[in-house]
Amino acid sequence: MTEKVLEIRDLHVTFDTPAGPLEAVRGLDLDVSAGELLGVVGESGSGKSVTFLATMGLLPVRARVTGSVLLAGEQLIGASAKQMRSVRGRTLSMIFQDPLSALNPVHRIGVQISEMLRSHQDLSASEADKRAVELLDIVGIPQPSDRARQYPHEFSGGMRQRVVIAIAIANNPKVLIADEPTTALDVTVQAQILEVIERVQERFGTAVVLITHDLGVIARVADRVNVMYAGRNVEQGTIDSLFDHPSHPYTRGLLASLPRPGKQRLKPITGFPPNMLNPPSGCAFHTRCEFAADICKNELPNLVGFGDLLTACVRARELPKSESFA
Amino acid sequence: MSAELLNVTNLVKNFELRVNNGARRKKRIVQAVTNVSFSLGKGETLGLVGESGSGKTTVGRCVLRLIEPTSGSVEFEGQDLGSLKFEELRALRRKMQIVFQDPFASLDPKMTVGASISEPLIVQGVPGDHTDKVIELLELVGLSADHAQRFPHEFSGGQRQRIGVARALALNPALIILDEPVSALDVSIQAGVVNLFEDLQSRLGMSYIFIAHDLSVVRHIADRVAVMYLGKIVEIGEQEAVYEHPTHPYTKALLSAVPLPDPKTERARTRIMLEGDVPSPVNPPSGCRFRTRCWKAQDVCAQEEPMLTVRPSGQMSACHFPES
Ligand SMILES: Nc1ncnc2c1ncn2[C@@H]1O[C@H](COP(=O)(O)OP(=O)(O)OP(=O)(O)O)[C@@H](O)[C@H]1O
Ligand SMILES: Nc1ncnc2c1ncn2[C@@H]1O[C@H](COP(=O)(O)OP(=O)(O)O)[C@@H](O)[C@H]1O
Ligand code: SF4
Ligand code: SF4
Ligand SMILES: [Mg+2]
Ligand SMILES: [Mg+2]
Repeated sequence: MTEKVLEIRDLHVTFDTPAGPLEAVRGLDLDVSAGELLGVVGESGSGKSVTFLATMGLLPVRARVTGSVLLAGEQLIGASAKQMRSVRGRTLSMIFQDPLSALNPVHRIGVQISEMLRSHQDLSASEADKRAVELLDIVGIPQPSDRARQYPHEFSGGMRQRVVIAIAIANNPKVLIADEPTTALDVTVQAQILEVIERVQERFGTAVVLITHDLGVIARVADRVNVMYAGRNVEQGTIDSLFDHPSHPYTRGLLASLPRPGKQRLKPITGFPPNMLNPPSGCAFHTRCEFAADICKNELPNLVGFGDLLTACVRARELPKSESFA
Repeated sequence: MSAELLNVTNLVKNFELRVNNGARRKKRIVQAVTNVSFSLGKGETLGLVGESGSGKTTVGRCVLRLIEPTSGSVEFEGQDLGSLKFEELRALRRKMQIVFQDPFASLDPKMTVGASISEPLIVQGVPGDHTDKVIELLELVGLSADHAQRFPHEFSGGQRQRIGVARALALNPALIILDEPVSALDVSIQAGVVNLFEDLQSRLGMSYIFIAHDLSVVRHIADRVAVMYLGKIVEIGEQEAVYEHPTHPYTKALLSAVPLPDPKTERARTRIMLEGDVPSPVNPPSGCRFRTRCWKAQDVCAQEEPMLTVRPSGQMSACHFPES
């Protein structure tokens, strides 16, 4: 067995809203192995960001978080603000869709990287500056020593995302969480950023959690993938297994809905994503599932080993084999 | 061949940009669209693809005369829109509609869905009570009559997009410009909206300009595709030719950058990795605008602008050294 760097167990996150409590994450289990690139997919509102914001301790205080998140053995749920500050940027880093919001507009790029280095490591100013230039080089920024003296507004969107990655990996974290890091970028720039992320993963052995809605991105870079629906992990496996023989009806539906060359007619998943203020009982997918039976409304399925996948479907064993998407 | 519904010839749109640079005010010209020409047949779908800022939306807005082109002509059903008087343009405009990307922003939150859908009928002075028409339109897009009394916030993204489509269909348009109509939707919902567009077209026979940055969706829905880069069309032709045998280096790079949802294919692919980002349309490169990122660029590419030229697989592309 490979070493687990991040183990999430029975995570619940509830927000108090004017319309009542909203449980965005509802008993989620998820593992990240050392050095792997784990993709996380799921439709908008399925709880992807909330899960990892909870992991980072970045949710607003009014969010109620319970369960267990172990980062290399260290419990993060219930950790003090001081403990979380020491974890963030050192063992665990996160990057987002909009790189500009992560950068300070009035500080030079190099200074921002040096600050991140010196807040967790005992380095002299000149050592940190030198390391900052190396990091810019690692993420593929040309003329890094000149660029280190520039400000965020002098960088294009793709270059800013590289800078954000440089800051995130400055202290060689065990886990890098990337939440839709290429969604705001053009496809040719997305290809560059995905390459940088893969390079970081390979060169430093960083485990990467890549949140995306794009199954193409998953197929390109991920080793394993987790599929989320209504605040739960509904299926998990290697990309080859998952694309070749998806087991969960939602995973099947997602893969079948995509346009592919030569396909005559697209196959949508019927219905609409659940209202998380009042999610369906039992398996939350039962309102849209073509295989739903009475039992699905009453029983909350947990992840169970099914061939080489983990699947949360009470009927997984009875279902007809899925078509292959690999 | 279907008769042409739309002919766009040498369309140019420059935006004047005022930059406040300390005490000095500078004027700059954004060359958003430069010499774009294409035609569209009845019942045909033209896909317009290209990266952000390549000018797709601006082309759409010029075609509808929502903005005044700097130069060039747009002919719709044989009439040059630029030569029409205001009233004539207004009458013609009912045949051309647009559906926007953001289903959340494009509907008035204070209007019922029924009122939103009948609004174009009222604006165009169509007489009578529109209740039956609204119900017909709602059912056409897969919603039901009782949705008419509800407000936009009660609907999901996919449903709101359908409401936007119903509204666009109210005046039986011959042309609908779909500007990123599914980009804001989850993939499982996208498929239903794409199917809706296809069904409506086969029943009602309208033409579409389908603007999107998702090349896989465009491949699925379009008959022909135009690829834009920095305000110009670099390649245009039948969908199959452009996707299977891209001849412009940019088209080739763009297609190779699109991640495909199949791990085996992804591993087997060779990718062309373009360097850098798209340059600014304020000061586009001389000659071929793609030359600063093109791995095949020669001196001639900086000096001479390549013209759209017919290639063996049937499409046209603008390159001095096309791919074969
Ligand atoms: N009103 C305006 N004033 C100044 N510049 C503009 C204006 N509208 C568009 N532009 C510029 O024109 C160029 C093309 O814009 P347009 O929105 O048409 O591109 P697009 O390809 O549709 O982009 P996106 O995919 O981001 O929507 C861009 O550089 C844009 O910044
Ligand atoms: N700060 C908040 N307050 C209330 N509800 C929230 C908040 N953040 C997220 N939610 C809700 O939590 C659910 C999951 O959100 P999120 O994790 O952002 O989804 P996504 O998978 O798109 O990233 C959604 O229903 C969302 O509306
Ligand atoms: S548990 Fe039932 S409703 Fe849920 S995915 Fe399985 S078959 Fe469908
Ligand atoms: S004209 Fe030259 S620079 Fe432009 S695409 Fe062709 S080879 Fe590249
Ligand atoms: Mg999110
Ligand atoms: Mg646009």
